[in-house]
Amino acid sequence: MNFPKDLKYTNNDEWVRVEGDTAVIGITDYAQDQLSDVVFVEYIVAEGDSAARGDVCATVESVKAAADVYLPVSGEVIAVNEALIDAPETVNSDPYGEAWMIKVKLSDPSELDELLDAAAYEALDRDH
Amino acid sequence: MFLPHTDADREAMLRAIGVKRMEDLFKNLPGDHLFPELGLPPGMTEMEARAELQGIAEANETVAEMVSFLGAGAYHHYSPATVDAILSRGEFYTAYTPYQPEISQGTLQAIFEYQSMIASLTGMDVSNASHYDGATAVAEAVNMAYHHFRGKRKKIVLSPALHPHYRETVHTYTRDSDYQIVGEEIAFEAAPSELASIIDMDTALVVVQYPDFFGRVFDFSELASAAHQAGALIAVHVNPLALGLLKPPGEFGADIVTGEGQPLGIPLSYGGPYLGIFATREKYVRKMAGRLVGETVDSRGQRGYVLTLSTREQHIRRERATSNICTNQGLMALAAAVYLSLLGKNGLRQVAELNYHKAHYAATQIAALPGFELAFDAPFFNEFALRCPLPAAEINEQLLDYDILGGYDLGQVSADLSHCLLVAVTEMNSREEIDYFVSALAEVSHD
Amino acid sequence: MTEFTAPKPVEPTVYDLSSPGRQGAYFPQPDIPLADLPEDLLRQDLPLPELAEIDVVRHFTRLSQLNHGVDTGFYPLGSCTMKFNPKINEVVARLPGFAQIHPLQPIETVQGALGLMYETQEWLKAISGYDAVSLQPAAGAHGELTGVLIIRAYHLARGDHKRVKMLIPDSAHGTNPASSAMSGLEIIEIPSDARGNVDLEALRAHCDDTLAGLMITNPNTLGLFDENLTEVCQLVHQAGGLVYGDGANLNALMGIARPADYGIDVMHFNLHKTFSTPHGGGGPGSGPVGVTAKLAPFLPGPIAAVVEEAAGEEPPLYGLVNPEQSIGRVKAFHGHFGVIVRAFTYMLMLGEEGLRAASEHAVLNANYLQARLRDAYHIPYDRICMHEFVMEGRWEDVPDVHALDISKRLMDFGFHPPTNYFPLIVHEALMIEPTETESKETLDAFVEALLQIAEEAHTQPEVLKTAPHNTPFGRLDEVKAARDLVLCCWLPESASA
Repeated sequence: MNFPKDLKYTNNDEWVRVEGDTAVIGITDYAQDQLSDVVFVEYIVAEGDSAARGDVCATVESVKAAADVYLPVSGEVIAVNEALIDAPETVNSDPYGEAWMIKVKLSDPSELDELLDAAAYEALDRDH
Repeated sequence: MFLPHTDADREAMLRAIGVKRMEDLFKNLPGDHLFPELGLPPGMTEMEARAELQGIAEANETVAEMVSFLGAGAYHHYSPATVDAILSRGEFYTAYTPYQPEISQGTLQAIFEYQSMIASLTGMDVSNASHYDGATAVAEAVNMAYHHFRGKRKKIVLSPALHPHYRETVHTYTRDSDYQIVGEEIAFEAAPSELASIIDMDTALVVVQYPDFFGRVFDFSELASAAHQAGALIAVHVNPLALGLLKPPGEFGADIVTGEGQPLGIPLSYGGPYLGIFATREKYVRKMAGRLVGETVDSRGQRGYVLTLSTREQHIRRERATSNICTNQGLMALAAAVYLSLLGKNGLRQVAELNYHKAHYAATQIAALPGFELAFDAPFFNEFALRCPLPAAEINEQLLDYDILGGYDLGQVSADLSHCLLVAVTEMNSREEIDYFVSALAEVSHD
Repeated sequence: MTEFTAPKPVEPTVYDLSSPGRQGAYFPQPDIPLADLPEDLLRQDLPLPELAEIDVVRHFTRLSQLNHGVDTGFYPLGSCTMKFNPKINEVVARLPGFAQIHPLQPIETVQGALGLMYETQEWLKAISGYDAVSLQPAAGAHGELTGVLIIRAYHLARGDHKRVKMLIPDSAHGTNPASSAMSGLEIIEIPSDARGNVDLEALRAHCDDTLAGLMITNPNTLGLFDENLTEVCQLVHQAGGLVYGDGANLNALMGIARPADYGIDVMHFNLHKTFSTPHGGGGPGSGPVGVTAKLAPFLPGPIAAVVEEAAGEEPPLYGLVNPEQSIGRVKAFHGHFGVIVRAFTYMLMLGEEGLRAASEHAVLNANYLQARLRDAYHIPYDRICMHEFVMEGRWEDVPDVHALDISKRLMDFGFHPPTNYFPLIVHEALMIEPTETESKETLDAFVEALLQIAEEAHTQPEVLKTAPHNTPFGRLDEVKAARDLVLCCWLPESASA
């Protein structure tokens, strides 16, 4: 399983890539593997919304499970990846690339400090 | 009774478990009230039970023994023999929910066909595999609209001409939430435009019935536009048999169609089990509760069917599911599927027209009697409200002496309607029965 | 990704079989003068299939043959109680005196039906220990919703508005949290302890004045009678909460233990599980609710009651009443009467001793299977079970084999698989409920199949991974179904014109 070193992570299996004052958000390789074949992606927030850390921003579904995606950082939503709606399987094939989900303009960059690095994320105690 | 165990089996099994007697299996149960005396009678053989139940059944007077004009949400129709022959197949009725598709294709394909025919009939894109009945289907429509707007719109407009049991069920389902239910205070005579006037930007859903509880048929196109202009959804509750004749709600712009499927070959059975119909537009499919069957392919390249979109359901979403529904009305959906397959496009039109014509014949005859008139002047399908010279309850009581089930006393809905009788006429009522009813009404109203 | 060949239908749909001009049922010509039709309200097109009667009969008969039912083979689906559905039930429910009565008939004309409902309420009260029963709920989950609404109504009627928390053990069926959520309650999950009981320490931590209640399934979904049940109920009561009992597993308890005696305040019955009414491929069920005296005023109405006592030769007059603080109707009319007739017939035939014998043998059969499978499969909570037990469908030395593969392979032997992946607290769970109506020979054959499968898992796992082999269908592509979403078929354009 792959956890790129340049990303930050949450213990709810989201990743964050910081690009200037923008955070790009998706779900991790571990999350897509646990879900297995993703069949549906739905966004709860839309471009232009301001949202707070911890808000549900998307739902990802496989045949057997549904997972909510929580915003790891607060800010204004500046883009959602509409392509995933028609091609949800991208979440399985390229979780850190094509399957980015949401871009947020950071309102409080200090929130980033509370995220995990790759090593800490990988070391999380998993129930199964 | 129904136990295949011999004494030798029991002994061998207890030995394999490692206990001496049956009671040992329960010796670790907590509490000091094990093996209570229930005070119930001893069992009986099938022969005795059959006789007992036969006696109980005969203490009821059936709609076939009497002349019945009772409807109000449950109707006496003819169900072709093939419907019950198929329902009596043990492979169908002794199966569980089709969780293992490899050995459940019978149920799955039958539900898929049911979904397809309901979509065709209602003019919607998708139908679920059923709800418990018409009332709970309406309650689930309310629930769906609330979830659709994520609780941000709180107003539900209920037509006063929606079946009173359905309205009450909606109130029960929503009693612990912050919905605001409006519309029921509007006069029964009101046209749909009066409902339109109370739709606002806080309205999540408008619910109307077609034909309505009083049998009337309105075109809801303008009401649907008004709902949509305010960003709200509109649900139309139907009698599916009427859709053999009438414009489907899909053409009015309905977002949700619910229905009571009992007229589609399902016996009266003193009120249940019936069939809750629920259909909607494709864009709302993930907000719809209940089971759903989809087409797919198996490992051998064969077309097959599975339960799909189950991530909406309680066994995966738990408290975040769209509804708690689990068991539905699978066998009743099968009855409707067989019924609709048998009648087809021409048969359903034929029986719908027959209902229409018989009800209009009865209405014309009765309205010609002195003191009787139709309570409303809107078009109707197979049921109409009749204003009588005496309280409806009194008329019904006297009609019983003629072995006639007269109709539903609308005084039970509202004191204003205490002189109104809701009369249903179906293909089961012969001209002779209708004429007998008319003459009986003439006699009882003179007393 | 593109598929060039359409998948082969095993049985065409009614739409495939349609031919314009056919009809399978006819109605008499009108015997009355015709009225004018409302032209602007008529539909232009009715795109339903057109078939002859024989085609409809053969189509649905062939479909039925693609199903596994209790009538065709063993069906050990955990928590579903797939016991024999007596044929007499079907005959009785179809008697005209039951099938052809209208729910709104005057009570004088349906005294048999009302008496039967009344008696059914009485039998359910005797079996469970409750003081009142409503037959209105249509199914188990519907009964749960009813029960939760009653709990809310009880607290609110006492002016106790703070109670918003419902505690639910982690082993609970998904309908429990879903039902509570529909009543606007906050759900808190309570873990199970090492013996599979409700963890008392965790429970204690939530027992305060915001507690509405606890929903408990007993025996729980591990098939175990909660050894702490009495203390659990006491703790909840001391905090002012009420205990809801999910009656899905009542088949273990008839004549053995009454839920009310332990302090469970409200419970639903599944007539389609415990009382032998058929599951119908997913319904109809029936989920009556029983309550203690203090909750009786809140039951959904109408309820069958004696409205005039018997006097001399005159029998009592039965009627329908609404409890004074009723939560209201939960559906139209009076409940699934047709299902209630079947359940009543079953109870009459069993009687006091037969009910107890049914539960005893259900527990005997489950323990027998557990004893015989213990060496080949891991049983995480291994003690005397009730009417069902849960084992793991996995072995550490063959990590690629899953419970699902075992289930699919079982179909090759003519058995319906157990419940898979539930309860969630057991890895690769296989939940097995044989019911009392199965013989030792059937159970032995099932054991032999599972032992062979355990062997195959180690020697030729591909046989499991590619199973089933002897069924009319192979594994179905659920991912395709969810991604492509084909939920209906339609008539070809030309045929519907």
